[in-house]
Amino acid sequence: MSSLFDMESFDQDKVQLLDDYIGNYVAQNNLEALIPALYKAQTLFGYLPAALQRHIAEKLDLPSSHVNGVVSFYAYFSEVPKGKYAISVCTGTACHVKGASDVLNKAREVAGAHGETMSDDGLFSVNDVRCIGACGLAPVVTINGKVHGKINAKDMEKIIQSTKEAENA
Amino acid sequence: MLESFEALKNWKSAIREQATYRLEILVCAGTSCLSSQADTLLEMFTHEIHEYSLDAEVVLTPTGCFGFCGQGPILKIEPDNVTYVQVGADDVKTIVDEHLNAGRIVEHLLYDPPGQKRSTSEAGMPFYQKQHRVALKKCGVIDPENIEHAIKHSAYEALGTVLHTMDSDDVIDIIKQSGLRGRGGGGFPTGLKWQFTSTTQADEKYVVCNADEGDPGAFMDRSIMEGDPHTILEAMTINGYAVGANQGFIYIRAEYELATQRLFKALSDARKHGLLGQNILGSGFDFDIEIKLGAGAFVCGEETALIHSMEGYRGEPTTKPPFPSDVGFRTLPTNVNNVETYANIPSIILEGQRWFQSIGTKNSKGTKVFALAGDVVNIGLVEVPMGITVREIVEDIGGGVDGDKKLKAVQIGGPSGGVITGDDLDLPIDYDSLQSAGAMMGSGGLIVMDDDTDMVEIAKFYLEFTEDESCGKCTPCRIGTKRIHEILHRLTDMEGTPEDLELLEALCNNVKNTSLCGLGQSAPNPVLSTMHHFKNEYEDYAYRRKKTSYSIDADKCIGCTRCKKVCPVDCISGSVKTVHVIDESACIACGACDDACPVDAIIRP
Repeated sequence: MSSLFDMESFDQDKVQLLDDYIGNYVAQNNLEALIPALYKAQTLFGYLPAALQRHIAEKLDLPSSHVNGVVSFYAYFSEVPKGKYAISVCTGTACHVKGASDVLNKAREVAGAHGETMSDDGLFSVNDVRCIGACGLAPVVTINGKVHGKINAKDMEKIIQSTKEAENA
Repeated sequence: MLESFEALKNWKSAIREQATYRLEILVCAGTSCLSSQADTLLEMFTHEIHEYSLDAEVVLTPTGCFGFCGQGPILKIEPDNVTYVQVGADDVKTIVDEHLNAGRIVEHLLYDPPGQKRSTSEAGMPFYQKQHRVALKKCGVIDPENIEHAIKHSAYEALGTVLHTMDSDDVIDIIKQSGLRGRGGGGFPTGLKWQFTSTTQADEKYVVCNADEGDPGAFMDRSIMEGDPHTILEAMTINGYAVGANQGFIYIRAEYELATQRLFKALSDARKHGLLGQNILGSGFDFDIEIKLGAGAFVCGEETALIHSMEGYRGEPTTKPPFPSDVGFRTLPTNVNNVETYANIPSIILEGQRWFQSIGTKNSKGTKVFALAGDVVNIGLVEVPMGITVREIVEDIGGGVDGDKKLKAVQIGGPSGGVITGDDLDLPIDYDSLQSAGAMMGSGGLIVMDDDTDMVEIAKFYLEFTEDESCGKCTPCRIGTKRIHEILHRLTDMEGTPEDLELLEALCNNVKNTSLCGLGQSAPNPVLSTMHHFKNEYEDYAYRRKKTSYSIDADKCIGCTRCKKVCPVDCISGSVKTVHVIDESACIACGACDDACPVDAIIRP
């Protein structure tokens, strides 16, 4: 985790892109530009570390506490980095009744990624998402955005194991 | 740039007269079908059509959701009116050779309803027979990314009619008389809501489309936006004209990437043709729409929370009054409607309020879209007239419960709703009957549960959700949902007591009566409703007599060894042709033995 004031360690080209985006964003006031700015930042950097939040707060002339309040409120924003393979297990009701919790537990166990933190090897992060709306394919898992349907715990294990093998090969 | 209503009508006629193709292949490109490789099909068809030099005769159209997601990928060939289901990459060449070239129907790709003849068209499928499409009228019919397709199917005609023949009161009267009620869950009369915003005096007003569909297990709004984005833009513009607003916003979940992308495309096309912007169709009315991305919070379905989120705050609700129609976005009068509500507007204008009134029940007019999922044969998106029974939806449209299990309950209304069971399954669905049965219309999630389902676990599932989604502003919801969830946990961990049941009920009623917004007020519903209908299951846990392991019925077991082979923890013993025994202390209740047993000898916990 970078320190609160350390913006140097970030990719400066991306920081420039973010600053340009914030500078050009048309809004009635800075508050309304905050959520769009956070999107842009998360798209560019993958997550929203404290220093980045503080940077955005400065650019928009808002209290950092407000920025962090917003970031921590919404499920979409993440304050920790995601693994190379971001696995999201759908835990909507349709997937739940078809055994999504077994799939989620298996994914966490095999990938070695618990809670919000990624696995030690940096390969995986596992989180649960609310209904991605492919209920016809329940239980559903997305890996880096690609949807995999009708996945049971065994399939999940196989996918993670084969990804590990391919990465370590 | 269309400068008049006449110009729009002329454009429509011109599109209709354009060279027609011999055949049109409509491929469902909704999220569910795309996930089962509809995109590959599209690419392959493009390639094959070109290969056979059929480009001048056959046109390929990616469309919005057909609804029958469980049979995806689905495609339809017009004007032959033939629907093919579960089409794989290997089938593309067959369809091209047989259907496109030889004019023969590919029998094995037709839908094969159990116990009935294969059917060539949607009309022959039980899944579609009781449906009535109003909100989903153009979904699966047009290419959502092609404005000409929308225009061909009368898009923006209702807007033209409104702008040139009606004043704002006329529009509000039609919507009021139609009896349309909000489809987002509350069921508030739409026309009345418009009237409130219309009569508030202000220099500037706004209309907002609530597309923050957060109910787990519901995907109606997303499907509408993916399949027919222009209808939403048209309806919002009509709404703007009726209430006196010149700016609209669509608040949509960022997770809905495809829907967002299609809305952006529709917005830019509509602006290009003068259907949004200054002086729309030469009427002198200006209106434009901006997309605001939401960041995933169930509470933002509540309109005051949604408005705070649009303003850059945490999505926390405030007490009403003041209602958004008085003090809304940027403290100005704001009318918020849900996606599905908007999807009904253009049809009501074009077909008239009497037509709309003729569908549905006394106090609930029109249709409702449900996302049918869970333990049911036909999973998908269905639109039914109000007044149909839950049983008809599950059995006739849904094809009944999956496998040889029995129907136990149907959950309606998601985390704010409850279960329908027994005789209530035969109640005609409308806002009021569902409420009196302890459920609610909600946004349209409809989850079928078979007799394996543990109702206490289901209640726990929903409370885990609401506890997580509670914004934390008011104490009853923040603390109450947490405590309810804890009690449910205690029960399912077999650590509860009979007193917990009384405590649970009292707590649920407190949270219901004292929470600030709809989220908290409805959060206890899944518990109260399951407690009402399945009290015995709660008592089994509270008195700690709930069995948590499987066992084998010695009279039925034939000693086939199948259960022993599939048991993941090897807790089943027995040899061939002798009765098998489960070591109940080691059983993890996974149910694998039950699925494997050919003679139904496994006794479920």
